[in-house]
Amino acid sequence: MDKNINIKVRVWRQRSAKDKGRFVTYDLANISQGSSFLEMLDILNNQLIHEGEEPIVFDHDCREGICGMCSLYIDGHPHGPDNLITTCQLHMRKFNDGDTITIEPWRSAGFPVIRDLMVDRTSFDKIQQAGGFVSVNTGSAIDGNAIPISHDTAELAIDAASCIGCGACVAACKNGSAMLFVSAKVSQFALLPQGRTEAARRVKRMVAKMDELGFGNCTNTRACEVECPKGVSISNIARMNREFIKAKNKD
Amino acid sequence: MSQLDAKIPQGPLESKWSKYKANQKLVNPANKRRLDVIVVGTGLAGSSAAASLAEMGFHVYNFCIQDSPRRAHSIAAQGGINAAKNYQNDGDSVYRLFYDTIKGGDYRAREANVYRLAEVSNSIIDQCVAQGVPFAREYGGTLANRSFGGAQVSRTFYSRGITGQQLLLGAYSALSRQVGLGKVELFTRHEMVELVMIDGRARGIIVRDLVSGKLKRFSAHAVVIASGGYGNTFFLSSNAMECNGSAAWQCYKKGAYFGNPCMAQIHPTCIPQHGDQQSKLTLMSESLRNDGRIWVPKKIEDAEAIRAGKLRPTQIKEEDRDYYLERRYPAFGNLVPRDVASRAAKERCDAGYGVGTGQAVYLDFAEPIQRLGKDVVTERYGNLFQMYEKITADNPYETPMMIFPAIHYTMGGLWVDYELMTTIPGLFAIGEANFSDHGANRLGASALMQGLADGYFILPYTIQNYLSDQIQVPRFSTDLPEFAAAEKEVMDKINKLMNIKGKQTVDEIHKKLGQIMWEYVGMGRDEAGLKKAIELLADIKKEFWTDVRIPGQAIDLNIELEKALRLADFIEIGELMAHDALDRAESCGGHFRLEHQTPEGEALRHDDLFAYVSCWAYQGENKAPVMYKEPLDYEFIERTQRNYKS
Repeated sequence: MDKNINIKVRVWRQRSAKDKGRFVTYDLANISQGSSFLEMLDILNNQLIHEGEEPIVFDHDCREGICGMCSLYIDGHPHGPDNLITTCQLHMRKFNDGDTITIEPWRSAGFPVIRDLMVDRTSFDKIQQAGGFVSVNTGSAIDGNAIPISHDTAELAIDAASCIGCGACVAACKNGSAMLFVSAKVSQFALLPQGRTEAARRVKRMVAKMDELGFGNCTNTRACEVECPKGVSISNIARMNREFIKAKNKD
Repeated sequence: MSQLDAKIPQGPLESKWSKYKANQKLVNPANKRRLDVIVVGTGLAGSSAAASLAEMGFHVYNFCIQDSPRRAHSIAAQGGINAAKNYQNDGDSVYRLFYDTIKGGDYRAREANVYRLAEVSNSIIDQCVAQGVPFAREYGGTLANRSFGGAQVSRTFYSRGITGQQLLLGAYSALSRQVGLGKVELFTRHEMVELVMIDGRARGIIVRDLVSGKLKRFSAHAVVIASGGYGNTFFLSSNAMECNGSAAWQCYKKGAYFGNPCMAQIHPTCIPQHGDQQSKLTLMSESLRNDGRIWVPKKIEDAEAIRAGKLRPTQIKEEDRDYYLERRYPAFGNLVPRDVASRAAKERCDAGYGVGTGQAVYLDFAEPIQRLGKDVVTERYGNLFQMYEKITADNPYETPMMIFPAIHYTMGGLWVDYELMTTIPGLFAIGEANFSDHGANRLGASALMQGLADGYFILPYTIQNYLSDQIQVPRFSTDLPEFAAAEKEVMDKINKLMNIKGKQTVDEIHKKLGQIMWEYVGMGRDEAGLKKAIELLADIKKEFWTDVRIPGQAIDLNIELEKALRLADFIEIGELMAHDALDRAESCGGHFRLEHQTPEGEALRHDDLFAYVSCWAYQGENKAPVMYKEPLDYEFIERTQRNYKS
């Protein structure tokens, strides 16, 4: 059964990317274990505002585990101590009375801090803008059923496409690699017949952009896969590498 | 402007849209380059519109409040998107999709718009497939379909329970392509705070850069609002935390009419509220009702024992369960439309049969698990089950889920004509931000359809009819006095808010607003309650403007200021909703006027009195808004009382 608990949180406060950050510890009483982690932060912020302080800035939006906006490095794990969830799905019943919880922003050079726990993930958009699409204009598509796709292939494509772009993979990786994210998108299109014609161009451009933006490479430690809230598999990275080599061989 | 012209083309229903397209004015490619369009929002409607307009050759500015267009709340839609493909050979057609949508909207939508929506639905599926949206497939490789609330055919296309995500990522990828090509200038973490008018036309916007807090000016030949709905007026809703009505509200205050503000859809399958620390509600896809069976205990003492924790649902024998939807609506059963399912749940809970906190009913998968096997159920609904378990700590494979209705989607919005233009020339509204296609009860799987229909296939045509007159108009300087005045107005409002330095936080006041809205302007409404709500809302408004506390600086990243600006608008939107609800003395859709029901407790419409769109016009600060009526002439179908019993 859920009960109310008292906790301490150690939160990373940082005014901007240029300023030096520090941990600040706050006490919180009477937090319902039925509350979500972000609701706990709401309560803390409310408390801070009443005390005349500025609230802690963190990213969040849908609070249903799908928009990919929430982040937070909690007790050493992206999205906290549970598998296959985002921070907004983490609930306080995962914590005990008297716990001290450490909260940090995503840690990666590719994601500079904006303020406190909020980071800049626009690099992901830039990678997608470099080639993560099928070049088709609106209004000229053929009938959907004219492109048959086997059930199992479609399911695999959905597995890859279920990436929410939260960046936990990058934050979890000791190399700050974005390969799980990029490979998920590459895989989705590599599996499907649509956009096959520009597959080589797509993978080369996305990989080049990823490198240009300072993300590291994959060394197969699988930390990304472990921390991914959607269980995106690193087999996608293998698929991306194959696509990349195929594309390079054609050059 | 008091004369409303919906600009519906003459002629038979089936040929209105093709006739319109054949006769509208076009802009030639060389001229398109010289025309700028602002698109506010990057959800299904906004990103598909921005991408399509850029593909055509217009120069597009696109804005969103999140860090990436991919975060727009369309991403959270779970169940699916409708189209009249008739792939299942079960008798579907454009006409039937049109008819179901009109009927599901309780005959409070425009026939011509809804027919066009059904007509382009098929192109949407083709477009998305071509973009690489991974829809579910049959073993033969063809697209799979499932059925959804309110329909007797299987016309819903889906990707597991993440259809909204897949469709949005499809539109986002089309948008990303145009951003990469430099055809769309994208501004993330920017919020529209004011509309700029020049000579009576929409010519630009003022945005607040949410990172620096600075105000910026943008000019264009036309402005498209695709900023979603205002469901967060209720504080607790299924909307994302950032969803707000402010962009649309600024347009209303500048003279755009607001259509049917009181029509908010209630979604029947939401995870019930657990306590007062809660920040929002989470939906479970309506697709769960395809297999899940909804029930409460038949005996009131069983319900009491369950609430006291003395009995578990699995201990209630089959014959002691009341599958009330199957009992009351044998033809549709658990698949009745959202308003009917919602109201029936509330009725059972009000009568004392609720479970959990008393404000919940069961959605049970024991029977489908037995019939189909756990693997099939997992493939169909696995991610939803996982989500439910994370939030509630209950395993829905073993014990029934608990659900309760919640505010979901707002059918009201900026009034638009057939071209999706508001009453302000050059200002368009698409997707949830307009009022046009859903009438009084949006059916499941039709919001995604409308967002993409507007963005991919309707606005890109109709906006040209307006822009063709604008090719001689050179780009506007943002140094014009109209921009300076608009910016000053915003800055004054911000300074006023910052200087209140009161005692209550924005969230505390927002919660109070939400309680008033749910209590008096929610699922069940009556005249006395609505009048009381109007008084209470005036008090809340006063409280907000004298007692809100916003820390930090005005020109800086300031999350409390962002929320305060939105709350100021939510309070006013709430007032307009209450006024509109008071006027509409009938029950239609999710809007149930307690004084107007049939002897069986079903919604009772008054077609003779209320077959109109209420179009509200702003009259100025502290002045009552004026309502104009757009009559809804049903030229092609006959209005009947909705019946899901037989």
